[in-house]
Amino acid sequence: MSNGAILPLCLDGVTFAAGGRTIIDGISLEIAAGPSTIILGANGAGKSVLMRLMHGLLAPSSGRIGWTALEQPGAPRKQAMVFQRPVLLRRSVQANVAYALKVAGVGEPKRGTLVREALESVGLAHLAHRPARVLSGGEQQRLALARAWALHPEVLFLDEPTASLDPSATREIEAVIRAFDAAGTKIVMATHNLGQARRLGDEIVFLDQGRLVERAPVEQFFSKPQSAQAAAFIRGELPWT
Amino acid sequence: MTEALTTALSLLVTFDPKLVEIVLLSLSVSLTAVGIAALLGFPLGAALAVGRFPGRRTLIVFLNAFMGLPPVVVGLVVYLLLSRAGPLGSLGILFTPSAMVIAQTVLILPIIAALSRQAIDDAWREYEEQLRSLGAGRADAALTLLWDTRFSLLTTVLAGFGRAAAEVGAVMIVGGNIDGVTRVMTTTIALETSKGDLPLALGLGIILIAIVIAVNAAAYLTKELAQRRYG
Amino acid sequence: MDLRKRLLLLAALAAALPAGAQEKFIVVASTTSTEQSGLFGHILPAFQKKTGIQVRVVALGTGQALDLARRGDADVVFVHARSAEEKFLAEGHGVKRFPVMYNDFVLIGPKSDPAKVAGGKDILDALKKVKSTGSLFVSRGDRSGTHIAELDLWKLAGIDIAKDKGPWYKDTGQGMGPALNTASAMDGYILSDRGTWISFKNRGDLVIEVEGDKRLFNQYGVMLVNPDKHPNVKKDLGQAFVDWVISPEGQKAIAEYKIGGEQLFFPNAGTPGA
Repeated sequence: MSNGAILPLCLDGVTFAAGGRTIIDGISLEIAAGPSTIILGANGAGKSVLMRLMHGLLAPSSGRIGWTALEQPGAPRKQAMVFQRPVLLRRSVQANVAYALKVAGVGEPKRGTLVREALESVGLAHLAHRPARVLSGGEQQRLALARAWALHPEVLFLDEPTASLDPSATREIEAVIRAFDAAGTKIVMATHNLGQARRLGDEIVFLDQGRLVERAPVEQFFSKPQSAQAAAFIRGELPWT
Repeated sequence: MTEALTTALSLLVTFDPKLVEIVLLSLSVSLTAVGIAALLGFPLGAALAVGRFPGRRTLIVFLNAFMGLPPVVVGLVVYLLLSRAGPLGSLGILFTPSAMVIAQTVLILPIIAALSRQAIDDAWREYEEQLRSLGAGRADAALTLLWDTRFSLLTTVLAGFGRAAAEVGAVMIVGGNIDGVTRVMTTTIALETSKGDLPLALGLGIILIAIVIAVNAAAYLTKELAQRRYG
Repeated sequence: MDLRKRLLLLAALAAALPAGAQEKFIVVASTTSTEQSGLFGHILPAFQKKTGIQVRVVALGTGQALDLARRGDADVVFVHARSAEEKFLAEGHGVKRFPVMYNDFVLIGPKSDPAKVAGGKDILDALKKVKSTGSLFVSRGDRSGTHIAELDLWKLAGIDIAKDKGPWYKDTGQGMGPALNTASAMDGYILSDRGTWISFKNRGDLVIEVEGDKRLFNQYGVMLVNPDKHPNVKKDLGQAFVDWVISPEGQKAIAEYKIGGEQLFFPNAGTPGA
C-alpha cells in the first residue's frame, strides 16, 4: 500500500496445534480497516490463540498469516495488544508508557508529549507519578490501554480486557475503547460477553471449537444467527452486561 | 561461652585497632567480590533466562551445581593460577587482597548467576508476551527484567555476600593469612582456634555473625520500604 | 543502581583496599609453629624499623613452605627440618643455608600418664613405652618440621612406625595447634615444640611429660630462594633479611623473645655445622 498501512490482514487455512490438541482448525478470514471486529465464542473456543496468532506472538502450525505491508524491525509498531491481565513494570505510570515509546525508538521531547496525551486520553494524567503496581485493577488496565495506544497503532488487539474487572471498571474501559475506535484505530477484540459484544462491536466473528462458524454485522448476528452453534450460544449465555 | 561474649564485647567497645583493621579488610574484600560478581553474574543470569542458544541448558545445570563449589577447591585452583609457577604468576598478586577478591568472586559468581537466572526466568514467564508485544528484543527485555526484578536481585546479592564473608578456605590459600596484609575475620578465627584460644575465636565469630546479620537487616528493610513504594 | 553508579562504587572499594604493592616487602615462607609462637611479631618490627622492609610471613607446614618456595612464591624460607632444607639446596632452589637458632620439642601427655613416662629424660625410651602400652599418640602427619622430627625419633628408637603403628597412633594431618586440640580432646600423647605449647590455651588435662633430651633440639635454618631459578625473587631485600637474622642484632632480638619469662629460641648462627 502506498501509505504503508498494514491492513487488511489475511488468514489462509491457519491451524494451530499444541500438546497434541488442535486449537485452531483451518481458519480463513480477512480483517479490513474500519468496523470494529469482535471475536466471539465460548471459553475454549480458541479466541485467545487466534488473537495471538494475528498479533504475531504465536506462529501457525500450517497456513498463512499475511499483513498487507511488512513492519520494519526497530520501527514503531503499527499494531498493539492489551491482555486480560495488564503486565506493568515496577515503575511509575508515566514511565510505563514512556517505556513502550522508548522501545519504539521515540526520543525526547516527542516522547514526553505522547506520554502526556496517552495518559490524558484514558483519564490517568493525575496519577502520572504513582507507582503503576499500586493502581486498582481498572486503572491498571486503563494504563495498559494508554501504553498500547501511545504510538497510535493502526490495529489494537484486545484479549478479553474486562474479564477480570468489576462492572464500573468495565464501563470505564469500554468508554476508552469506544474513543479509540472513534479516533480511527481498528479494534479487534475477543470476548465471551454478549452485552459487551453488542455495545462495542460493528461485526461479529464467531468461533466454535477452533473453527470460524459465522461472521455477520452485529445486529444481524444477534437477531438472525445463521448457525446452530451461534444460536445456542446466544440463548445459553446469561445476558450479563 | 560467657568468656567468649565478654571477650567479644571488650574488643568491640575498645575499638581494638587490630580488630577494626581485620573487619574492614573482610568487608572490603567480600563487598568488592560481590560487586564484581554482580556485574558479571546479572547479565549472565539474564542471558540464560531470556536467551535461546545451544548449550544453554547444560550451562544452567553447571551453574546450579557450582553454587556448591567447596571454597578450598576454588582457593587451590586460583592459587595454581596466580602462583609464580602458574600462568598468571607474572601479575604478582598472590598473597594480596586482590587475590582474595578474585577467589571470592569465582566462588560466588555461580550463586549470583544461578539465582538471578531463576528470578528473571520467573519474571520472564510473566512479562514475555507483553514485552514481545511492545517490540522489545531479547537484549532489551533482559535489561528491563534486570531492573524490574531488582528487589529479588538484592536478595541474591545478599546470599553471595553471606557466602563470601563466611568462607575461610579460599582466602586462606590465596591470601596466606599474612598478619596486617591478608588476615580477615574468618582466617583469624581459624588461627586463634588452632592456637587453642577458643574464647577469642568464638568472640570474633560472634562479631562476624553480628556484622552479617546487620547487613541482612539493612537490606531487608530497604527492600520492604522500596516494595511498598513501587509495588 | 544503574551501571555508572555501580562502577564508581567498585572503583572506590578497590582504591580502599590496602595497596600492598607500594611499600618494600618480601614474602617469607615459614612454619605455623614458628608463627604461632609469636617470634615474628617480636623480631620483625625491629627489622622493618631498621631497613624499612615489610616482611610478609606465610605460615605453612615445613614441607608446604619449601614447596611454596619451589614454585617461586616466596623470597626467603625460614624452617626447621635440616634434611628437607639440604634437599631443597641440592635441587638448586636455595642459595645457601645459614643456621639461625634452635628451640626444643617436648613430649606432652595426659596427667594420668598411662605409659608411665612422666619426668623421664630419655625420649626414645618414652616413645618405646608409649608404643608398648598402646597409649593414644597424636601425630601431625603433615610433613612439617615437627612431624619429620617425630618420625626421626621413632626411627632412632628402633621402631618402624609406618609398619608398626596401631589404632593407638592418630595420624591427623594438622598443624601444631589443631593437633594439640585433638590431643587435649582425646587425652593423648603428642610431640610439640615448646613455643606452641607455652602459648596453647586449650590444655585440658595435658602436661609436659619429657623434656631436655638433646635429641629433642630443633634447629632452624634460613635460605634465600635462588634468583637464578626464580627471577622474580627480591634478591637484595631477601638477602638483607637473611643477613640481619644471623647478625648480632638479629640474634639478640631472637634471644630477647620470651613468653611468661621463658626464652623460647636460642640463637646459634655462629655455631658451625648447626
